[in-house]
Amino acid sequence: MAFMDIEPQEIRRRMTEDLRRALAKPMNERHWVMVLDLAKCVGCTACTTACVAENHLPPGVVYRPVIEREIGRYPNVRKTFMPRPCMQCDNPPCVKVCPAHATWKRPDGIVEIDYDKCIGCRYCINACPYSARTFDKGFYYSDGTPYIPDYEKKPAFEYGRTWPRRNRHDSPAGNARKCTFCLHRIDKGLLPACVTTCLGDATYFGDSNDPDSLVSRLIASPRVMRLKAEFGTRPSTYYLV
Amino acid sequence: MKKRLNGLAWLLASVGFVIGLYGLYQRFTLGHRMADYGSYIPWGLWVAAYIYFIGLSAGSFLLSTLVYVARIERLEKIGKLSLFTAFACLVGALISIWLDLGHEFRVYRVVLHPNFRSMMSWMGILYSSYFLIILVELWFAMRVDLIAAGRGQGASAALARVVALGSTDTSDSAVERDRRILKVLGSIGVPLAIAFHGGVGALFGVVGARTYWHSGLTPIAFLVGALASGGALLAAIVYVWGPDRDGPAFEDMMRFLGKVVLAIVLLDLLLEVSEFFVGLYSEIPDEAIPIRAVLFGSRWYVFWVVHIFFGVLVPVWLLFRNAVLRRTGEGGRAAGAVALAGFLVAVTFMAVRLNIVIPAQINPEIAGLEYAFTGPGLKYTYLPTLGEWLVTVWVSSFSVLLFLVGYKLLPIVGRDDREVA
Ligand code: SF4
Ligand code: SF4
Repeated sequence: MAFMDIEPQEIRRRMTEDLRRALAKPMNERHWVMVLDLAKCVGCTACTTACVAENHLPPGVVYRPVIEREIGRYPNVRKTFMPRPCMQCDNPPCVKVCPAHATWKRPDGIVEIDYDKCIGCRYCINACPYSARTFDKGFYYSDGTPYIPDYEKKPAFEYGRTWPRRNRHDSPAGNARKCTFCLHRIDKGLLPACVTTCLGDATYFGDSNDPDSLVSRLIASPRVMRLKAEFGTRPSTYYLV
Repeated sequence: MKKRLNGLAWLLASVGFVIGLYGLYQRFTLGHRMADYGSYIPWGLWVAAYIYFIGLSAGSFLLSTLVYVARIERLEKIGKLSLFTAFACLVGALISIWLDLGHEFRVYRVVLHPNFRSMMSWMGILYSSYFLIILVELWFAMRVDLIAAGRGQGASAALARVVALGSTDTSDSAVERDRRILKVLGSIGVPLAIAFHGGVGALFGVVGARTYWHSGLTPIAFLVGALASGGALLAAIVYVWGPDRDGPAFEDMMRFLGKVVLAIVLLDLLLEVSEFFVGLYSEIPDEAIPIRAVLFGSRWYVFWVVHIFFGVLVPVWLLFRNAVLRRTGEGGRAAGAVALAGFLVAVTFMAVRLNIVIPAQINPEIAGLEYAFTGPGLKYTYLPTLGEWLVTVWVSSFSVLLFLVGYKLLPIVGRDDREVA
């Protein structure tokens, strides 16, 4: 395929350049997309781990699980792996149902949540066809031990804000949380954490409004597929199958 | 007998209230960590309890409109009782859903910053209006009685004087005016009650991601369920706390209520059967898996034993024999049997509500998600914890106590019509 002419070490440099170019434009002229090449995903879950570390996710909150599936019939079986971030739908059911205006669609395509406005009704969790939102109940990994280390209480920096976790009631505890495409990193010109850690070079990120970006070339591929497209959600996350 | 039932209600509600406090304590100290719902099954017992209570409320409210709007004479004297029942149930529903929120103290946002595309915002607006309508309607319905009660002495009279808000006019023209106001309020109340309870159904029905809920029948089923459970509850309540007991008029009224409940319970069953047949036939997993779980899953008895046996078969048999076949005056037991049937329908309806809320969520939206990552709440099974049950016990007891205290202190049933007091 056309994009294979890029050397692996070139991919990240190229995506970083795409990112800088997109950031130079006004927000409503770029549209962030993620492309996941299922043929290249090796199921190492490095992205899942990187995401948990980057966003200081507590127990029970996950933004990017990697789903393992066995296809074929024994003995002719094969495993496939499918990472599942938030699809950042263009027609997001989670936004429509939110009674508190706590979640909305940004002009650059990312679905944002204001944890200070979210009442924690979890309607959006039920409405998302991808189970992309999870409920933060305020757990710590060290629950049940006498001491909760400070690193468990590190703030999150989602959506470019600081969310201190002073106690178990502070937002985002009690809220519905989801993948943000690492907006706080993008704003600084960095690729999302899952993209930079992906061992198999299976995760791509960039601006689909830029015809020269790497992702624009990828989503023109005939291998492209969007999850549950029949729901009319128009995801900004694409899969190459 | 009725005295004893009244005493039993006080006893059970008080015990439930005290025991349930422990659940509340857990809820406020442990937050949502004490509950078993989580990320993949985000709605649990408290949401089911909420739609259960809201259904009871809407149902008994709609019956009260038979009095104030349709002016059905047989039911004349239970108008206030049904309004007050609707009020107590509404309070229970609101507390239940309030405790379910992750940030319960932000609930005002739903009313102050509504999103008009969200069914839940509409609920906030409709509930507030409904709450107001019930209060105002109750006041006008009780006004004359309050003035009369305020003339006496003691706590009850003092309360009546306060609640009467200084109103003293008991002339015929004032009473006539009350009636007109009640008719107008009741008429506004009918579409409102239909809108908000049908709306609760729509709140579930619009969720395209959950095929089991996603049906145009859902709002209708909610309404019919409300009428069935609310009407049934009222039949039970009227028997114990209603006016004019033991007269032939009373038995007549009970049999009338019994027939209404019988018809609606059967209609509700018809809707249920239709939903299940259609859903199972096409075998689309998102819909068929929840239905199978309801019918043949590990908690099959919630459907077959609690709902079908105790909530449909036994009450239908009781109602048919006592409300339809038996004529007035053939022994005094018909009223009691109707009340028992009503009680069974009303109580077991919780099973229906649980079977609406929980099964829709047990099916992973993306196959394999259940194994992809582990953590608290990342699972597709749900069993309410003891703490969750205790909270629901507390909420239910609170509603019952609210009803009992109100009944004792306010002229909800005219003095002369009372027996227990
Ligand atoms: S994937 Fe789910 S959470 Fe993300 S935008 Fe779409 S509906 Fe919302
Ligand atoms: S949980 Fe929060 S973001 Fe989700 S619908 Fe409720 S208020 Fe909106």
